[in-house]
Amino acid sequence: MMSDSDKFTPVIVGFLCNWCSYRAADLAGTSRMGYPATLRDIRIMCTGRLDPTFVLRALQEGADGVLIMGCHPGQCHYQEGNYKAIRRFALLKRVLRQMGLEEERVQLHWASAAQGLLFAETVSRMTKQIQALGPLDWSRNWPNEEPFMLLQPYLHEEAAHGR
Amino acid sequence: MTESRVGVYVCHCGHNIAGAVDVEHLSEWALDLPQVVVARNYQFMCAGTGQELIENDIREYGLTHVVVASCSPHMHEKTFRNACERAGLNAYLFEMANIREHASWVHPNNRSAATSKAKALVSAAVHRVLKHQALEPMRVDIQPTTLVVGGGIAGIQAALEIADAGYPVYVVEREPSIGGHMAQFDKTFPTLDCAACILTPKMFDAGAHPNITLLTYSEIEQVEGSVGNFRVTVRRKARKVREDVCTGCGTCWEKCPVKVVDGVFEAGLGYRKAIYRPFPQAVPKYPVIDVENCTYFKTEKCRACERYCPASAIDFEMQDEIVTLTVGNIILATGYDLFDPRRIPQYGYGRLPNVFTSLEFERLTNAAGPTGGKITLRDGETEPRSVAIIHCVGSRDKAYNEYCSAICCMSSLKFAHLAKEKTNAEIYNFYIDMRPIAKGYEEFYHRILAEGVHFIRGRVAEITDAAYGPEEAGKLVVVAEDTLIGRQRRVPVDMVILAAGLEPRRDSQAVSHLFGVGCGDSGFFTERHPKLDPVATVTEGIYIAGACQGPKDIPDTVAQGAAAAARVLGVISRKQVLLEPVRASIDESRCSGCRVCNNLCPYNAIEYLAEPGVSRVNAALCKGCGTCVAACPSQAITGAHFTFDQIMAEIDGILIDVSDREQSPIEVLA
Repeated sequence: MMSDSDKFTPVIVGFLCNWCSYRAADLAGTSRMGYPATLRDIRIMCTGRLDPTFVLRALQEGADGVLIMGCHPGQCHYQEGNYKAIRRFALLKRVLRQMGLEEERVQLHWASAAQGLLFAETVSRMTKQIQALGPLDWSRNWPNEEPFMLLQPYLHEEAAHGR
Repeated sequence: MTESRVGVYVCHCGHNIAGAVDVEHLSEWALDLPQVVVARNYQFMCAGTGQELIENDIREYGLTHVVVASCSPHMHEKTFRNACERAGLNAYLFEMANIREHASWVHPNNRSAATSKAKALVSAAVHRVLKHQALEPMRVDIQPTTLVVGGGIAGIQAALEIADAGYPVYVVEREPSIGGHMAQFDKTFPTLDCAACILTPKMFDAGAHPNITLLTYSEIEQVEGSVGNFRVTVRRKARKVREDVCTGCGTCWEKCPVKVVDGVFEAGLGYRKAIYRPFPQAVPKYPVIDVENCTYFKTEKCRACERYCPASAIDFEMQDEIVTLTVGNIILATGYDLFDPRRIPQYGYGRLPNVFTSLEFERLTNAAGPTGGKITLRDGETEPRSVAIIHCVGSRDKAYNEYCSAICCMSSLKFAHLAKEKTNAEIYNFYIDMRPIAKGYEEFYHRILAEGVHFIRGRVAEITDAAYGPEEAGKLVVVAEDTLIGRQRRVPVDMVILAAGLEPRRDSQAVSHLFGVGCGDSGFFTERHPKLDPVATVTEGIYIAGACQGPKDIPDTVAQGAAAAARVLGVISRKQVLLEPVRASIDESRCSGCRVCNNLCPYNAIEYLAEPGVSRVNAALCKGCGTCVAACPSQAITGAHFTFDQIMAEIDGILIDVSDREQSPIEVLA
């Protein structure tokens, strides 16, 4: 628990959509479902509004992780904004992988306005995962000899596609 | 430009916030945030005295921006925006930090962590609010005409309420007559008054009302616009009968030689003609030609109806007509579909002839139905001597629908009563739990118990015609575990009625997309708030009523129809609505005309103008989701109140205590 002062307390920036996940967070509050005080959330109208540079900025400014949460697929308030978010997220993750960022640091999840518990559990789980990883240190996963070695798997993939 | 002056107001919310967050320290700390000139903490910011505190400071300190750190913006954003407005500050130069739901209430036992998080949230709000711009809500004139989609009891009730108040209503109904499911029923629980006796006068009123225009046998193809001004395209399917001259005399269907199984109104138990009126009390009274089965449309011969029609109302050449309606508000009352019990093969529906659905039984027992109200087996003659009624078919079952369909307990009790009364058969109700939950329902249950109906508590495993002994020969055997005595039971009966659950209309997803309303997991339309706003949807100007929102009985359906009408009347009488100015706009000087945004918009609000070669947002259609804003490769699109600069500032603010990290590769690569 947080009382263990030696343990690293991560900082996670959350991007929550106004209609589902922000309300799920509100519900977690009204229902007093506690979770670690690691998440600092920002409300956006829809995960479709999430410009990938927001995630990069948060990581650049000191966040150890970024949690994006929206409405469940098929339940977007704006019909399909979360599908756009899925597509952008996939591309963003590809870039982040190439930079050596661990998978768990940037996550996309869904919670309906009725799922306060799921929201709290998601934050708790992600907190544990990032605690295990430690503070964000970009260079940790870079090969010593050549940072661009990270790109190797992707170069193979590109070659396989004949490009 | 004058310098920004920010006021920060930290709410104790009694102990709700102050119990976990050090509010004194927080407000003191906030003074060091950029441009903050005053920071206070107070017991209840939302109270009149709290709001006055803010208003006085705005005037006294000449505040240009205000941050309130209290509860969720969904709770009190409006309250504090109004306070700002009263003091002469634009409502959108205000921002809220949610330190209750998102901090004190979820970190109650860790004061330092809760306070640190509250600091981050306040800092984010201060950084963000400094980038805010004054905005004006959009004013939209309201068309006084309303569209009601669906002519069942919910739609009829809603239409009558609005029409009686003096405003015009269109009712669009897919079938040839209004009336919906209720018109098919025999009796209604728990009072056992006849459905037709209470429904048909309302149908007649709706048909004859000077303010109501019925568009039956019609479907909606397109919906454009937004609250106040929806443009709705309706396809009026060709009846092949001229409504202006038809008298509804009935000669045509008497003379029509083609008999067709009536799969809609008679639930497949009876016949109708190829030219037909679904039922005698249909509104409107005009028949319709079923083109698929009409001999003339198949072979170009016959024309009997035309020959005998005394009014010359038959028009074989009639084509579908497209009409466009302009309406201010829309009420969706599209009803439900019955669960198809074929999906549970072990119940034998469709395979074992004497297994009936609830709707089939309604028609069987209806005096106007195919048997004249005589309860018989599928042969149309034999009266059953024993009847099993199976509750929760397709409901309360994770394999089908997890939810309770709300009406089946009561309609099963009604069936038990009717079958007992008419046939004196032994009746067995197989239930999981009895849920007679509304006024007069429990009393009805006790009445049926007293009538000698058997109740067996257990979900039915199987209905089979494989007999184990002579007493089961030729019978349907209902196999269930009686959970009250802890034993398997086999009950041989002549007839089984499956109390099938209510499901969303099979096209409810498509309809929800057409109107821009949400659809939950189950497929029922989503209300704006499950408790406090049950008939509004998240789309302004679109309301829902009846079983399209979730399974419900007739009293609740009527109540929702009236409630939706009341909401619409409220909007109409205001003559104008104010809409949040959270909208996208395109800087045409930066737009390259790439059209990436055009197809992303779920509301078709962005159009490409070939002449200047740029895209433009139609503010009346834009709902402010911001998907186009994030997608624009030229950053030419701005999402008001959620601009790039505002969110970036919020990110910087929220990380104020940790942003002194080493350089990241993003900076290196940038």
